[in-house]
Order: sequence, then C-alpha cells, then structure tokens
Amino acid sequence: MKVVLQNLTKKFPNRNKKIGGDVIAVNNFNFEIPDGKLIGLLGPSGCGKSTALNLICGLLEPTEGHIFFGEDEVTNLPPEVRGVGLVFQNYALYPHMTVLQNIMFPLQNLKGDQKLPKEEIVRRAKEAAGLVQIDGLLERKPSEMSGGQQQRVAIARALVKMPKVLLLDEPLSNLDARLRLQTREEIRRIQRETGITTVFVTHDQEEAMSISDLIVVMKDGVIQQIDEPQEVYDDPVNLFVAKFLGTPAINVFEGEVRNGRLHIGGDDLMAVPGVPDKKVFVGIRPEGLEPDPEGTFGCGLVNVEVMGRDTSVVFTHDGAVSENLRAIVASGKRPAKTEKTVRFRPDPLKVHLFDHETEERIRF
Amino acid sequence: MKNSKFKGWLYLLPAILFLGIFMVYPLIDVLIYSVEEGYNFVSQTAYGYGPYNYSYVLHDPYFLQAVKNTFIIVVITVPLSTGFALLIALALNSIKKLKDLFQTVYFLPYVTNTLAVGLVFMILFKKTAYTDGMINLLIQFFGGQGVDFIEGPYWAKMFVMCFYTIWVVLPFKVLILTSALASVNQDYYNAAKIDGTSKGRIFRRITLPMISPMLFYLIITGFIGAFKAYSDEVALFGTDLNGAGMNTIVGYVYDMLYGTAGGYPSYASAAAIILFVIVLTITCINLMVSKKNVHY
Repeated sequence: MKVVLQNLTKKFPNRNKKIGGDVIAVNNFNFEIPDGKLIGLLGPSGCGKSTALNLICGLLEPTEGHIFFGEDEVTNLPPEVRGVGLVFQNYALYPHMTVLQNIMFPLQNLKGDQKLPKEEIVRRAKEAAGLVQIDGLLERKPSEMSGGQQQRVAIARALVKMPKVLLLDEPLSNLDARLRLQTREEIRRIQRETGITTVFVTHDQEEAMSISDLIVVMKDGVIQQIDEPQEVYDDPVNLFVAKFLGTPAINVFEGEVRNGRLHIGGDDLMAVPGVPDKKVFVGIRPEGLEPDPEGTFGCGLVNVEVMGRDTSVVFTHDGAVSENLRAIVASGKRPAKTEKTVRFRPDPLKVHLFDHETEERIRF
Repeated sequence: MKNSKFKGWLYLLPAILFLGIFMVYPLIDVLIYSVEEGYNFVSQTAYGYGPYNYSYVLHDPYFLQAVKNTFIIVVITVPLSTGFALLIALALNSIKKLKDLFQTVYFLPYVTNTLAVGLVFMILFKKTAYTDGMINLLIQFFGGQGVDFIEGPYWAKMFVMCFYTIWVVLPFKVLILTSALASVNQDYYNAAKIDGTSKGRIFRRITLPMISPMLFYLIITGFIGAFKAYSDEVALFGTDLNGAGMNTIVGYVYDMLYGTAGGYPSYASAAAIILFVIVLTITCINLMVSKKNVHY
C-alpha cells in the first residue's frame, strides 16, 4: 500500500500567549511512499518527525492537506479504521499483561464481521511472535524482559493485525549501541519478509542511512530532501542536509569564488567552472581530503588518530566554520604525528559549495 | 563486626524507643487489661486472669449494636465512596476547562472540620421546634412524608450516617485517584486507540489495572478508617451514642473508659482487642484478594 501526503500541514497554537501565533510542526508536506518500501524520517529533535508520524496514523488531525493510503483518502478517518500499526518510542507495552496477552490485545478488539475465534487469535499472535523470534517468552511480563525483547514484542503487537502501514517512532533510541545495530537489521528483515510499507522516525542519521530505502530529511517542519540514502549523502541540496548526514561530520569553511577558482583563506583550492564570483560556504567530506605534499589545501596538524583500517587526521584552518576538522585517510598515507602542518588534495566530488546567504547548494 | 552491629542498633534506638513506649507497650498493656478479671481502678489490682471480660462484652447488647452499626457503615460506605470517587476522578480527568476549580471544590470537605460539617448536616437533616430541616422541606415540597433523620427511625439515622461518612471521605479518595489517573502514560491510551479498543475495554483492561495499586490502597485504608469510625457519629448524634442507638465499636470502647457509665478499662480493652482482630482479618482477606487483581 503506497502512502501519499498532499500539502500536509499541522499547526499548534503557541503556548506562550504573549508571542501568539501558531507553531507550525509540519509545513506543507508533499511526498509519496512507494508500496512496500521502508522510508526514514530523519531530522533533529523538535523538527516535527513525530508529529508527521502521528498525522499518518491518525492520532493527530492535520490542519490542512490530505493523506491517502493507496487510492483511499484517510485524512479524516480515526486511527483504528486506517489499518496502521504503531511502535512507540517507549514501546507502551501494557505492563500488567503477559507478552501473549499484549500481542493478542489488538485482535481481541475486533468487532462485528472481523471478530475472530479464540484459537485463531492465539494462532495469529504466536505467528507474529515467531516472526520477531520471541516464541519462548510468551508468558513473561514486559518488566521481566530486556529492552530489545520488549522492542520485539512491540513490533509483534503492531504487526499482528496485519496493518497496511507500519509506523516506528524512534524505535531504537532506548537500546544500547550493540542491540541497536542488531535490532535495526531485525526491523529491516521483518519489513522485507512482510512487505509492509514502513515509516521509520529517527534523529540518528546513521540509523536512517543503514536501513531506509528512502530518506526524508526534515528541519523545522519543512522537508529538505527526499532521496536514497547514498544520494542524500553524496548530493545534499543544502548546507543543513550536508551537515546533518555523515560521521564524522562534514568540514565546513568560509570560502570565496574568484574567476572560476575556489579560495579558502589564502589557499587556491581548485577550479569550480561556471560558478559566479561570490562568498560561499564550502563543505568537504572527511574522506574527500587526501594528504599530498603537492596538495592545494594547507592546514595545521593537530592530531593523528589511528583507528585500524583508517586514520583520522584532526587539523585546523583559518577559514573553518565548523569545529573539529577531520580527514579520514588510508593508513598508508597518514602524515607523521610530529609534523606541524599537512597539505591535502581535495576530491572535487566530495567538495560541495553552498550560497552564503541562502545556504542552498551551488552546483558546478 | 560486633562493633558495626552495635552501631546499627544505636541508630535504630530513637525509633525503637519511640515505638516501644507509644505503641508496643500500650498494646501489651491493653492485652493484659483485657484478660484481668475484676480489675479495680482505684487499687489497681485484679482477682485473676480469664476470658470473662470478652464474654461480658460479647453479651452486652450495646456492644452487639455497635458491631452491627460499624459493619453496616463499613459495608455501605467503603464501596460506595470508592466508586463515587472513581467516577468523579474519571470525570475530572476527562475535562480540561475548570478542572482546577472542580478539583478544589471536591477537595474542600477534606480541609473542613468534622464538627463544622456535622453542624451543616444538622441544618440539613435535623427537625427542630422551628423547622423540619432542609431535606424534609424538600421532601414535603415534592409531596413526600417528612422523617426525623436525627432522632427518628433507625434506617433514617443510618442513612444520614452513611451519607455523611461518604461525603467526608470522598475528597481524599478523589484526590488520590485523580493523580493516579493522570500518571497513566498517555502512550497506553494512544496504543489502545490505534488498535480500536472500545472505551469500556480501555477502562477495564488498561485504566483499572494501571490504577489498581492506588485503588487497593484506598480500599484498605477505607476499611480500616470505617471500622474506626467514631467522631463522625458524635458530630451528628452527640455523645450519647448508645441512647441514639448509633454507637460504633470505637465509641463503645470510649464509653467503657470515660463515658457516664465508664470506668471499665478491662471491658474497653477486650472490645478494642476484638476490633483489632476484626480489622486484621479483613485486611488479610483484602491482601489475599489483591494478590490476583493488583498490578504493581
């Protein structure tokens, strides 16, 4: 089932009456989630990701705009008839019920024609439990399980009524690093096996990149970019997206274009054909700088951190806007720690220019 | 090791001393009083020990009346007041506007003096030479037959008594239940909503289990409080509760000690021990029932 959002907007009245006006949590969303895909809603805290999710599942009503599941408009339908499954950030498992009772709960709510016999409910609940591999824990209470196990129960509970759309609200944020890695693989596997259209909300760009088919990057309620993970990383539309994705973060400098050449501080970096003369922000990915004695980019060397396969070179430059400048270089090419300076040769594909005022991307 | 044990006891000493003097010693004393036969208040001597005091108390019609009254009050007021409190708390929780105002209104009786409340009830229910009382006037207005609630038939007095008791204990229960309801995580309700759970089912399967510890606390303290009822009766019917036929067990204990017919600490002690056993039994039953139905 594909999901289409049209001009979707959600405004909340401002709490502080002195300021007045509305807070726009979701601003004019237009996008289509293709059938059976997993999309990641990515953005910093407070950017409206969860609001968008709540609009899709029906817990919130939009101020403007429309939501379609397939060809059917569901904008004004209550959540229970939309056929969505939602996994909450804190799982919201009923603490007084066992795992099996928790998973059976949505099915027991069914009324009228949809009503299922007891055996069928148990069978389906066990099937869902099998899918997330918690068959052995059915008689436990949520408090007797680890975070990862609770997470699986929450997913099973959301899947058991076979929803058309599965929504996950920061599902991994309560797990430790190792479990997070494991669970996100698990979510990907379950999504592939069931083929359910899935929306995954996260503020962790690594998480979003690793499991999504499509990433939607949001800022202050506005969609910045929708694309495949690698595309968003390689081809950001503006400075915000460039800064938000990637670990270590992109290095940002103040620069200037003069006569088709890019200058940062005193360095004449490279040719940028077709760009008019003006001040720009320059973003260079850490892997886009290669140590080279003949390189055009001269920097002060702070530290060389060896991380096994790669080496992280921490450097300084007068034109830098971001703190903690880093370059990731192959171990064989790393400069000696004793050096005071280091020269880099920038890779034009990893260098992005942004307008100094609008922070929009300038392509060259 | 020995030293640290000594230290532990030293730290506990203030609490132990306090509890020992004001709780353990009087308890033991009451137990001894209750089995001393023919205790003389003046000479502080007794003939011997035996169950006579218990036998006397259990055959005293005033005590039996007090037990009956107490049980009626407990059986009627505890479930009703808890039920009403739950209804009011649910209503309070579901409104947004004026919530604080209503909360304050419902809590007012709690900060009002028992005797002052008693006075108000007198105005409402008591027949005097000048007026039949507000409630009677109302009943008569609608064409009913007035009844003397304070000095009239037993059922009328018991009705006022229960009405009054419920009204007095309600605010505290409402307060506790409102905060218990407010502390249930909204996500549970959102989850239930997405799964299309009906309101009744949400209440039975989610709200009730979630607030069950608080509900259980109110029921237990409600039982204990109702069994110890006394001052409310005095506020309504004056100090001659035996005469009014509205005495309670605690009232009986008090009368045996200080009342006009008082001066019998042995009988009073026996009655107090009987009350203790009753409350203990009921509380144990409560605890056993709660094991199944309360979710911590």
